[in-house]
This record gives sequence, C-alpha cells and structure tokens, in this order.
Amino acid sequence: MEMIRKRVVIIGGGPGGLAAACELHRKGIRDILVLEREHQLGGILRQCIHDGFGLTRFGQTLSGPEYADRFIDEVKKLGIECITDTTVIDITPDRVITSASASGLLQISADAIVLTMGCRERTRGALSIPGNRPAGVYTAGVAQAYINLKNIMVGRKAVILGSGDIGMIMARRLTLEGVKVVAVFEIMPYPSGLPRNVEQCLNDYGIPLYLSHTVTSINGKSRLESVTVSEVDASLKPIPGTEKEYECDTLILSVGLIPENELSLKAGIELDPRTRGPVVDEDYQTTTPGIFAAGNVLHVHDLVDFVSLEAENLARAVVAYLDGSLPSCGITIETDSSIGYTVPQHISGEKDITLSLRVRRPMKPCTLELWQDSKLLATKTLRKAIPAEMEQITLPVGQLVNTNSVKVVARNA
Amino acid sequence: MKGVTVTMDEMFDVLIIGSGVVGSAVARELSRYSLKIGVLEKEPDVCCGTSARNSGVLHAGFNNKPGSLMARFCVEGNRGFDEVARELDIPYKRTGKLVVGFTPTDRERLLAMKETGDKNGVPGLEIVDRNRINKLAPAVRGEFALWSPSTAILDPFQYTLGLAENAALNGVRFFFNNEVTGLEFSDGIYHAKTTKATYRSRWVVNCAGLGSAKISAMLGMGEYTIHPCRGEYFVLDPKIGPLLPLPAYPIPNPAEGGLGIHVTPTVDGNVLIGPSSEYIDGDDDYSCTQQAMDLLIKGGSKILPAIKREHFIRNFAGIRPKLTSESEGGFRDFVIERRPEAPHAVNLVGIESPGLTAALPIAGEVIRLMQQVETFSPNHGFNPVRKGITPFRNKTPEQQAELIKENPDYGEIVCRCETITKAEVLAAIRNPLGVDTVTGIKYRCRTMMGRCQGGYCQTRVAELIMQESHKTPEEVLYSREGSYQFTGTVR
Repeated sequence: MEMIRKRVVIIGGGPGGLAAACELHRKGIRDILVLEREHQLGGILRQCIHDGFGLTRFGQTLSGPEYADRFIDEVKKLGIECITDTTVIDITPDRVITSASASGLLQISADAIVLTMGCRERTRGALSIPGNRPAGVYTAGVAQAYINLKNIMVGRKAVILGSGDIGMIMARRLTLEGVKVVAVFEIMPYPSGLPRNVEQCLNDYGIPLYLSHTVTSINGKSRLESVTVSEVDASLKPIPGTEKEYECDTLILSVGLIPENELSLKAGIELDPRTRGPVVDEDYQTTTPGIFAAGNVLHVHDLVDFVSLEAENLARAVVAYLDGSLPSCGITIETDSSIGYTVPQHISGEKDITLSLRVRRPMKPCTLELWQDSKLLATKTLRKAIPAEMEQITLPVGQLVNTNSVKVVARNA
Repeated sequence: MKGVTVTMDEMFDVLIIGSGVVGSAVARELSRYSLKIGVLEKEPDVCCGTSARNSGVLHAGFNNKPGSLMARFCVEGNRGFDEVARELDIPYKRTGKLVVGFTPTDRERLLAMKETGDKNGVPGLEIVDRNRINKLAPAVRGEFALWSPSTAILDPFQYTLGLAENAALNGVRFFFNNEVTGLEFSDGIYHAKTTKATYRSRWVVNCAGLGSAKISAMLGMGEYTIHPCRGEYFVLDPKIGPLLPLPAYPIPNPAEGGLGIHVTPTVDGNVLIGPSSEYIDGDDDYSCTQQAMDLLIKGGSKILPAIKREHFIRNFAGIRPKLTSESEGGFRDFVIERRPEAPHAVNLVGIESPGLTAALPIAGEVIRLMQQVETFSPNHGFNPVRKGITPFRNKTPEQQAELIKENPDYGEIVCRCETITKAEVLAAIRNPLGVDTVTGIKYRCRTMMGRCQGGYCQTRVAELIMQESHKTPEEVLYSREGSYQFTGTVR
C-alpha cells in the first residue's frame, strides 16, 4: 500500500479546514494536504443557501456557498493540495492516516493533523420518541440536503421539533417552497436557536413556536400521519392530559448537534463529555500530541465565522508546534453549574487566552467571572446570556497567582 | 422477483405463505426437490415481521418442556447451525449465554432450568459462581448463573435472507406485496387469492406467523387464535459493545409471555435491551411506548449497570405470535400438522420463540409430513451455497486495498458510522430478490444503522436506489407500500 509523508494533513474541507489551510500557508507551511469526503469542498455550507454568514469574518453578509467560495478560491489561488471524494477511515495515535477512495487506499504519515470534521445531528433514536417508525421523519440537515442539494421535496405538511437554528431555517425554507409548516415545538422554556432566527424564520412567516412542548408520539404505519404533542413540566416531563394531535406528513427534528469524533477516538484522543469534542489546550492541541482540533468537531458553534476564526488561531499554533515551541499547559479550566462548557480546557499561563463558553440557562444582565483560588482574575458584564450563543472572555495572564485551576462562573448581576 | 407478473394459469407444486424465517427455511429445504415453488408474502421483503424483530439469539433449548417440539427442534437447530451458517455465508458467533441469579430461590430455579436442559440434550450446562461470571462477562451483575456454552448470536435478517436467497437461486419464486385474502380448494388444486393476483398450487404450507390463524381458518382449521404479544427493544451504540461479550438473561417469569428483559450483543457489535412483554389488540402495531422504554432501562440496567442514555441509537418492537392468551401465560408448543380435512396443506401455527433456532428442523418436519403422501424427486441442480455481500469494514488494510482494486466502488464510503461502501449498497440493491426499499437496503448492508441513523448516508442511498431502479423521487419507498419517502422534486 502507498504511504506518503506530509507536514500537515487537514481532515475535512469545510469552513474550519479550509480556513486552517489558508492560514498555515500564509504562515509559511507549504506541505499541506486537505482530505474531503464529498465531491466538492465547502462542507455543510454547500447546503446552507440562506444568507447571514460572514459578517464577523468578512464584514458582509453572504450565503453559505458564497462564504465557502471565499475560502475555496483562496485555497486554489494558494495552490494548496486538496483531495476530494476521499474518506478517512483511520487515524493512529502516532499520526498515520488511512483514507479510502475509488483509486485505492492511501496511508499518510503526518507531522501534524488538524481535525475539522464538523458535527452530526442528534436523531429521533437518541431522543427515544415513542410511537411508530414511518417514512417522513427527517433531521433538519437531512431535509435541507434533500431540498437544497438534491432538488427533492420531503413532504407537504410539516411539524418541527426543536427550535435549533437549522430547524427554524428549514421552517422558512419549507414555507417558501409551499409546504405548510404547522408549528415548531421546543421542550425547553426558551428557544434553542438564535433570536434573529426566531424573528426572521418564524415570526415573519406566522409560524407558531410553542415552548415547553414536545412530541410524545409519532403516528402512522407507512408514511407519517400525525404527531402527538404534550406540554412538559419544569423537569421536562410530559404533563398527562395535555396531549394534542397534529396532522402532518413530515416531522423535522432540530434537536441538537454532536461533534463527529469517531476518528478522534481511534487516535486515542480524550473527549470532554460536556462538549463531546476533544479536550484541548490553549493551542487547540488534543490529548494526542500533534493532533489539533477546531470548529464544530471541537464544540458546536453558533456562527460559522467563529469556526473559521478558531481554525485560523489553530493554524498559528500548529506552526509553533512544528517549530517545537508550544508550551506545556498544566492549568485546568473548571466551571460551576452555571456554565455548560469551556474551550480550551487547559492553558499554560504564559499568554493571554480567550475562553469560549456557553451558559447553561438563559440569564438576564450577568457577569462572567474567572477565579483562581480566592482571587478574581477577570470579569465581563453581559446584557444577557443564552445557551444558544457562544460567549468569550479573556484571561489576562498577568493576573494568575499560581498554577492551580481557574474557575469560570456566571452570576446574575 | 422484480417485475414478475403471474397469469391466472400459472400452476405451482407448492405455495408457501409467508417469508419469515420459517417460510424461507421451508422454501430452501423444498428446493432440494424437483418442485415448482412460490412464496407469497404480504410485505415488500422477506423477514418483515417476528423473524426480524427479536433478540437474535440462537437458543440452546433449556427453556422448553422436555418432549415438546419446541425443545426437540431448538436443540436440533442449534446443533446444525455451524453448517448452515457456512453454506449461507451469514454472520453468527457462539458466545454462550448466562442466566443470572441473585437469591437462593433464583438458584433453585436455575438448577431446575439446568435439569430441563440436560433432559433436552443441551450440551455443557453448568451453574457458575461470581468468579466465573467475572471471567466470562465482568460487567454483568449476578451472584451466580446458569452458563450455556452452546447459545449463539446471529443476525436474524441475514439468516432469513440467506435462506430466501438460496431458495431463489435454486428456483423458488418470491411474490412480495401479495397478501393472501382467500384460499379455495377445488379439483385437488388450491387457488390462493392475493391482493395482487390468484395463484394455483397442489400444496399449501402455512408459514404466516402472526397471520397463521387466519390462513389456518382459510384452510378449514378455524380453531386457532393468535394472541399478539409485543416486545420492545432499545438498540445501543457499539461503543458499549465490548462490555458485553455474550447474552445475559434474568430468570424468566413463567407467567409472562417471554424470557424476561435481557441484554445481548449483536453480531455487528451493538447491544440490545429487551424485550418487554405486552399483549396487544392488533397484529400490526409495532409502536414503542414510554412505559415499555422505562421498563427496559430498568431491567437492562439491573443486569448491565454500565448502560447510559447517550448509548441509545434506536427503538424497535416485535410481536410474538402466541397461542397462549394473557391470562393463560407461558408457552404452548408449536402446531405443525397435516390433517385429513386438508391433506395437501401443512399448517404451522404459533411458531414463536425458539422458532428462529428451530426453523430448519421445522422445515424438515414439514417435508416429512408432505412425503407421507407424495414422494418428491431430488433437484439435482440444488446448490446449498449462497454468498453474502462482502463487507469492507473489519478487513485488514491490505484486504481493503485489494477489494478497491477489484471494484473501485469499494473505495467510496457511503455510510461513515459503519464504514459501508458504495459496492455493498449496489450489491444490496441488485439482490436476487429484487428488493429496492430504503429499509430493504438497510437490513442487507447496514446503511442507516449507525449512530447518525442515516444523517450522512441516506441521501446517497436514495440516489443510488433511483439510479439503479430507474425510480422518480415519489416512487422511492421507505419500507412497505404507502411509505413514500418524497413528494416530488422541489422545482
């Protein structure tokens, strides 16, 4: 079998991988290979034909394919090698990658590997929704792929479970294509997607959003015929007697994204149960030396711009790694129950670090605080914080008193 | 077979009603003889009912009453399985099985089960202590257990499919979406009226499972009632697979319709929890309920405490075709009969667990009953060997490279979670039975079975079905008739 050597191999040619490739090239790395399983570069952006991408990264609003094209054009201009139609099937802890394509099996030994595989959708099975298993139940991303990439229509009358961003965007998309969207049901007492999507995708089209409701039965033996919806109590348990049946032929699930880390596990990388992505240090290095991760494979982002920015930061760290100048990161970042997670999970204490995090529940005016022992290292005041939006806070290195762990908390103001 | 139409005149020697594991086994065994055989199936594929929806365990035979057909055929089926698995190229594994106990009463009941098994001729049964459990399956709870080394796990769909495909390769014809609605007997010939056509035959074999009492009544033997008893399952992520090398069962409650909620590995590395046991009204209600799911989590965790919610991939339900009602409980023996009032009909009713294990010996018994009145001449062209789809996953890199070299479609990974290639999906679509539904492809090559449940592969599978079968989007079916996947094109 063929075995080649590469300085850096990037797994996944979406907004993370391509941004990392371009930045690596700009920093002087030339021996780069991007591996992409699809026929075209761009990742999930190819099916996101709505606009709203790029405001942070490019200062203007773009559609998903337009945003992807910015990076695809750049990669082509720089002459970075990209192999498409190739699926990585294995990564070893000593950084040997095996990929499969119609032209054969390829093994690549890499000095550094960048993981930018994105995420997958949570499914009906993971939620264990009772009822039958008819045709007509789709996750939002799958429905989006059928409609926007394959030109295939999935149904005529839809109910949407979950107010994730893709679900709300699909509510609008389906409506524009003549599908009756009956309602969006969200189990939590607040929307799980961005406020702008509630406004632009639901309210603008008169699609009702029912909070604290969930689907408690899927009905229909061949094609979906209806769903039963119940109100839930404060502990998210369905309240008996509140069941209501909604006739529909399609159920769209937008109930969360899960970082796609099957390959990471093969490489011996430790995952954080909170992010379900790799545990990384301030340089995005995973627990397997020389393997780095950024974007949705690391933690699920709210905006693609932050995926690319994170991957560009990662690229600078990879350059330092190849120069042999990464510090060891012995300071652990901890959270209390107010915080869902932070990235990174470990820092060196040698430079200022921006932590990315999400609060666990919506908060009105509040402060984010960083503590080491009994010392307050930094605070940031927020007008509001919601789990749907990623927050960031900078830890100034000069404030650290020792190498004990740093704790992140969010407090109501 | 695809596109086959039958004229009213077409005459069969044998019509088999139902293509579950028993119908497929009867078809395969009868194809050893020079006979014109047809199989009438109401669903669009083989193995859509009870045969597919179970724990996938090849039983040893210690749960069945000594002297019963169940006991005899279960032990026989288990003993002969190595050979048939080789011939049909199907995955299975002799894992052995533990029935775990905790209390002194449990110990007595395990001893009684062992005695039953010994009487039935089950090999190697032992009562083992905690130390042995630690060696066999350390994550399994239990103070002591009955250890059955001959129990195995298999993929019930692949087994049934292997039998059916082998039958088809030996000349048996399968007619799907043909539900039998009436049987008339005149001038020594059965006229089987279905939802699609009428078929004529000299013999009829009732292998209709949940519908067996209905068919039996059509044959003039109306005294049977099938009591559908649903059992629900959870399918767990292969991540937890390494913790469970073998099926681990509780001690069955004799009043219940099943063997109790157990945990079992599958040949593909998943873990199943189930089944619940609930008598229901219809024989077609495969829905899952919150109550049963809660019971499964409780029952499964009792034996395998490592189970976590994040491991759940999917639920499914099967229905046991029981001859015993809810108030009667327990098991009644298989009915396998040829009666004077219908001398050219073999009637099989109430074939429930251990029917999967016993399928081939049951088929042998069917043929024995037929040969009491007619001698069949051998089919000299009979070939017992059937080749399954060669999977890409779990091969060495060298073997994988070789597969791609021979067929570049092996290099195109269609399903990421389970590493299924385009070559396998195409082989599944081009199957000898001509099935082209989404679930038909899924059961043949495991697309959409992984943790993303088709998030990545299903658009590709749908496209391949359309290309290969020349279908429009509206014509792509998820499973049975009416289960259309799409309503058309966007524009």
